[in-house]
Amino acid sequence: MALAEPRLAIATPRQREGLSEVIARQGTAFWIVAALLLMMPLIANPFWLVQILAYAMILGMIALSLMFLAGYGGIVSLIQMTVAAFAAYLVAIFGDSAITQISLKWPWWTAVPVAILLATLFGTLGGALSVRTEGIYTIMITLAIGSAFYYLTLQNYTIFNGFSGFNGVLPPVFLGVDWGSTVPFYYLALGCAALAYAVVVYVSRAPFGLALQGTRDNPRRMAALGFDVVAHRIAAYAFASVIAAFAGVLLVWYQRQVSPGTGGVGPVVDMLIIAVVGGLSRPIGPFIGALVYVLLRTFALDLLEAVGFEGKRYQLLIGLGFLVIVLFSPDGLIGIWQRLRERYRRGRETQAAQMRVGGGSP
Amino acid sequence: MSDFIGRRPIWSLVILIAIALLAFLVFAVWTPWMELTFGRKRVFLSALFNGITLGGLYFLVASGFTLIFGLMRNVNLAHGSLYLFGGYVGYSIGNLTGSWFAALIGAFVIVALAGMLMQVLLFRWMEGQDLRQTLVTIGLSIIVADLLLWSYGGDTFQVTTPDWLSGPIQLPFVVALRSNGEAVMMMYPLVRIAILIGAIILGVAMWLVLNRTRIGMLVRAGVDDRDMLSATGVRVQLVFIMVFAFGAGLAGLAGVVGGTFQSLQPGEDTKILLSSLVVVIVGGMGSIPGAAMGALIVGLAEQFGSVYMPTYAVMLTFVIMVVVLAIRPQGLAAVRR
Repeated sequence: MALAEPRLAIATPRQREGLSEVIARQGTAFWIVAALLLMMPLIANPFWLVQILAYAMILGMIALSLMFLAGYGGIVSLIQMTVAAFAAYLVAIFGDSAITQISLKWPWWTAVPVAILLATLFGTLGGALSVRTEGIYTIMITLAIGSAFYYLTLQNYTIFNGFSGFNGVLPPVFLGVDWGSTVPFYYLALGCAALAYAVVVYVSRAPFGLALQGTRDNPRRMAALGFDVVAHRIAAYAFASVIAAFAGVLLVWYQRQVSPGTGGVGPVVDMLIIAVVGGLSRPIGPFIGALVYVLLRTFALDLLEAVGFEGKRYQLLIGLGFLVIVLFSPDGLIGIWQRLRERYRRGRETQAAQMRVGGGSP
Repeated sequence: MSDFIGRRPIWSLVILIAIALLAFLVFAVWTPWMELTFGRKRVFLSALFNGITLGGLYFLVASGFTLIFGLMRNVNLAHGSLYLFGGYVGYSIGNLTGSWFAALIGAFVIVALAGMLMQVLLFRWMEGQDLRQTLVTIGLSIIVADLLLWSYGGDTFQVTTPDWLSGPIQLPFVVALRSNGEAVMMMYPLVRIAILIGAIILGVAMWLVLNRTRIGMLVRAGVDDRDMLSATGVRVQLVFIMVFAFGAGLAGLAGVVGGTFQSLQPGEDTKILLSSLVVVIVGGMGSIPGAAMGALIVGLAEQFGSVYMPTYAVMLTFVIMVVVLAIRPQGLAAVRR
């Protein structure tokens, strides 16, 4: 450990910087996007605000927790959507819903923290169970845990109310604001998403995040340096589960209901699709992926019918698009964007020169 | 066998006692006290047989899955789609020709060809890239599921059982005694027994081919050290294509079998995929005996679960998986590398 510390410090000279420096470092694109998002209620109508943007931010948060595990920890976990669904269920069970015989009617400021705590615990336990395995094994085991939860919610009527789940879960009213109405909910989602994004960016540069990236790149060396690889991975699960749990609370407030389908195999896999399509290399990727996904889901029907196809085939469209992106750009849309920019930056001549020197390297 | 007993005397004893208890439960005439604790013997026996035959079906799917994984390190998450595809193809062929065997063989050949195409067009370009292969197969499974929904609709199909296999037969197990002392024997669908026997024959044949022939030697060598095998001049790609085709064909075959004694409908692909995931995790990746063991355990757990604790039947299989993972993360029959 003592030997490891100075190396880490060398690897990260920017580690201890103030908030102002972080803000100053952001490029123009960041400020344009931030300003645009903040002013969105002036431009967009309620449908775009909530159905598209807020929903994309919520899904983006869940995908972000997956991206944190996969991108920084090298752990592809499919349990994140299940954690979110569990948090959503707990909010409905502890809080208020139309299913009065089950819901405990706790006030939101008790129900929500308890829900997040328990969901985080659940995600951490699932992580601890699958953390001894690697790569595809992790995918398979987390998928199996996720579907176990799906079947539990489907068949259990005393706690999870079986097939129909809970409806009538309303966002709270406090500080004189109804957080379920359009603009407040948009800002709530935006605030949570921005916070999650900032925290992930911060943690990825903090000692813990760096150690996690070390365990991703070379677990054996990290273990030799005195880092507990398994503990780091479980901690990463815990951190990611907090984000997913927050997103789950927002999700149940957005949909006003939660049912087994929320955490079914389809949505679980969709989350992986979102994270991969957006790009697993940077925290902004999942949000881009989520936006594309929500836009596709909403407008694919019209799009397909305009081209002359049956509107029902949007699943085919999503599958094909996903396949094309996975086949041609492992880094997702971010990767495509970066490659285009790179190509633009290099002139034609340098490119030609590189092709002569570098041979067939991609 | 004696090696196993020597190394794990306690486990061997536990297994022996369990087998003896099971044999007693199957062959004995149940006393009223036992009927009170375990329910009626007919229910117990049919759960047992249904579990074993369901295990046969799971074995057919999971052995292909685990073979592909063992050799190519490729989790083919489209395996469930191959199953459903095979089932639908078999249904169509069965309708056209009226022959169950034609359906079985046709589904095997066509799905094997599809598997070959997958291997040649996709997987040989991403060798060793686990995550990418997984993602590609997820994408494929979405596409195949929608294409199947497109062409076959959302209805439930069942493959017709051939005449000589339909109907129940009498098994030599006493279910109950009539008041006049006459024994009532167990009746059980013949087709399920035939399929179980088929699965057992196939499993033994696979084990023999893998362990006693030159092709099997190549496959096992590929599982252990792919690079060394290709360095000795074996055309590894050809072995890969053959194994992939065979594994995919097995999934197609299982689709027809599943369509015969269960049913085919959209969503069945994920269900089968999940079952074979659990089977393979429990049994151990890449091991045929492991697949057999896992399939039997999962099949029995599902059937007994649905009889004795209907609400949590599906949970039971996952609980078993979790317990196995906690004790032996590499699976029951896998060799740790």
